Amino acid sequence: MDPVQVLQYILSGITSGAVYAVVGIGFDIVYSATGIINFAQGDFLMLGGMIAVSLAPHMPLSLAVFCAVAATGCVGVLLHVVFIRWLRSPAVLRLIILTIGLSILLREAALHVWDEKVRALPFFSGDETSSLAVLGARVSPQVLWVLAVAALIVAGLGLFFRLTLTGKAMRACASNASAARLCGVDASALVTLSFFLSAALGALAGCAVSPITQTSYDMGTPLAVKGFTCAVLGGLGSPTAAVAAGLLVGLVESFSVSVLPLAFKDVASLCILLAILVLRPQGLFAGGSRSLKGGNR
Amino acid sequence: MRALPPGLRRYAALAGLCAAVVLVQVLLSALHAEQYLVQLTMAAWYSLVAVGLCLLMGHTGQVSMGHGGFLAIGGYASAVLTTLAIPAAGASGTALLLRSLGILAARQDPATGADALAVAPWAAFPCALLLAAAVAFLVGIPVLRLKGHYLAMATLAFGFIVSRLLLGLKFCGEADGISGIPAFRLFAGLAVSGKKALRVPNYYEAWAVVALACFLSVNLMGSRTGRALRAIHGDEEAAAAMGIDTARAKLSVFVLSAVLSALGGVGIAHFGGGIGPGEAAVLKSVRYVALVAAGGMGSLWGTLAVSSVLTFLSLRGVFGLYDDAVFGAILVAAMLFAPEGVPRALAGGARRAASLPRGRGRPA
Repeated sequence: MDPVQVLQYILSGITSGAVYAVVGIGFDIVYSATGIINFAQGDFLMLGGMIAVSLAPHMPLSLAVFCAVAATGCVGVLLHVVFIRWLRSPAVLRLIILTIGLSILLREAALHVWDEKVRALPFFSGDETSSLAVLGARVSPQVLWVLAVAALIVAGLGLFFRLTLTGKAMRACASNASAARLCGVDASALVTLSFFLSAALGALAGCAVSPITQTSYDMGTPLAVKGFTCAVLGGLGSPTAAVAAGLLVGLVESFSVSVLPLAFKDVASLCILLAILVLRPQGLFAGGSRSLKGGNR
Repeated sequence: MRALPPGLRRYAALAGLCAAVVLVQVLLSALHAEQYLVQLTMAAWYSLVAVGLCLLMGHTGQVSMGHGGFLAIGGYASAVLTTLAIPAAGASGTALLLRSLGILAARQDPATGADALAVAPWAAFPCALLLAAAVAFLVGIPVLRLKGHYLAMATLAFGFIVSRLLLGLKFCGEADGISGIPAFRLFAGLAVSGKKALRVPNYYEAWAVVALACFLSVNLMGSRTGRALRAIHGDEEAAAAMGIDTARAKLSVFVLSAVLSALGGVGIAHFGGGIGPGEAAVLKSVRYVALVAAGGMGSLWGTLAVSSVLTFLSLRGVFGLYDDAVFGAILVAAMLFAPEGVPRALAGGARRAASLPRGRGRPA
């Protein structure tokens, strides 16, 4: 492999890795607040992309993306309020099956609202032919958009959790819900907020990546599995570590293409998931990273 | 039912199943509607997965989102072996010996039309089950150490891997799958095949296998091992503290459920004459979970009832474009309103409705 080719692989790995990381962060936010793994997390990206694609012809692109993010956030809130919030201390198995069912309903709804065709948003800047030279490799400017969006999400979340009262309250709930409630924090409202956040951020990533990887109704589950890989690799509950893990998964996946046939691309990242779950379920960076839960468990 | 001795009581439902199977066939034949038997036969083969999953999820409390993968492993193993095309001309001495033993069977190479040899279905059958058992064993050892979300995701990933491998491997036919699978000849002219003349015997064969699987499950659950499995469902640490080898118990029930699923896969492959990579798709695996969840998790008969009815309707195309959506909705509805299962919820509702007026009539 010549250096330019390596660079190309790295860039494509970082791009998909950034998307997986955002899915992983979505898992983290909801998991810290509720202890729920929301299996429908991947479908939020699909929903965001699909809504933005439908709105884009009628309004400026930025407005379409904004509306898609807001609408998907509302879907997240609806899912929580309608299906989860009123259950009294449900068993984990029940919640797993419930959110898997919701994921199927979301994708089937998307199949019937739109169709099985693959769609794509227009490029945020330039078009599919425009490219930038990075150290000799050619990159689409959209790759930079994806990275910028992912960076923005991570930085924004960091500020939100550290500086705002709501963010601090969410962290308090994550580390001890009953103590937080005693201090006057409305825990269940914050859980709903966490669903809004994870859905909205997922939608934003779904819009950013749509011009490159396209959006189709059934993209949710594979994304959810890979996003979960990142979340676990980062030690569930720590967004910053999920980003590092996401980049790692993306890189492994993109380099696996150079060794394995393209058909087995997913197999590589899924084998990582299995290996991590079995060997290091506490994550790669356990001990060193700061998690939303605060401290180690 | 109270007159039955307790040892026999657990088989009463099994007798009910057999009676229902016969009744349905007699009714359909009398009404000249035997075409429905085709889907009922397939529903029986698919229900084997649900029966296995009921043992694993319902009784032992271990979720698996990848059992479609085991069905596909069984079906594909049998399909690949029985559709080999070893040229018959110039076959080696070993091949001829195996042929005279009946392990290899003659068939026509579909590509050239020449005489060829392939593994006979009865010899491929144990290979398929053994392969599924071996895969379940190797996957189960590490994966069953996981709990809750982790176990769900790991099994989901397993199903994904199987489905991607089937799509990518050339000898598995890639996206087309494998077709032209020969009939599975049993004794006395019986065979598992899609031939129109054999509809009725095929229906009975499939349901006989299901009844056998249910018989085994009922016995297993009533045994010491069954009690150990239920103890694991209740509280794994407590079960371990009582001296139960939880890892071993979980692994054996995982392997057993995988073998039952593979058995269903072999049946589907020989009955339909073909098998495709769609059998391992995540949505298929989730479907079996939906059947067990709606059937009441630990309730074998509830699972079987829900599974045969829903699979039959789905195979008839009743749900049309909304096929997957229906199963998603069933998952959600069952978890929201009837976590103890739809049949039990219906029965409970009926009992309440029946007892209400009687209670008013006779004030205490």
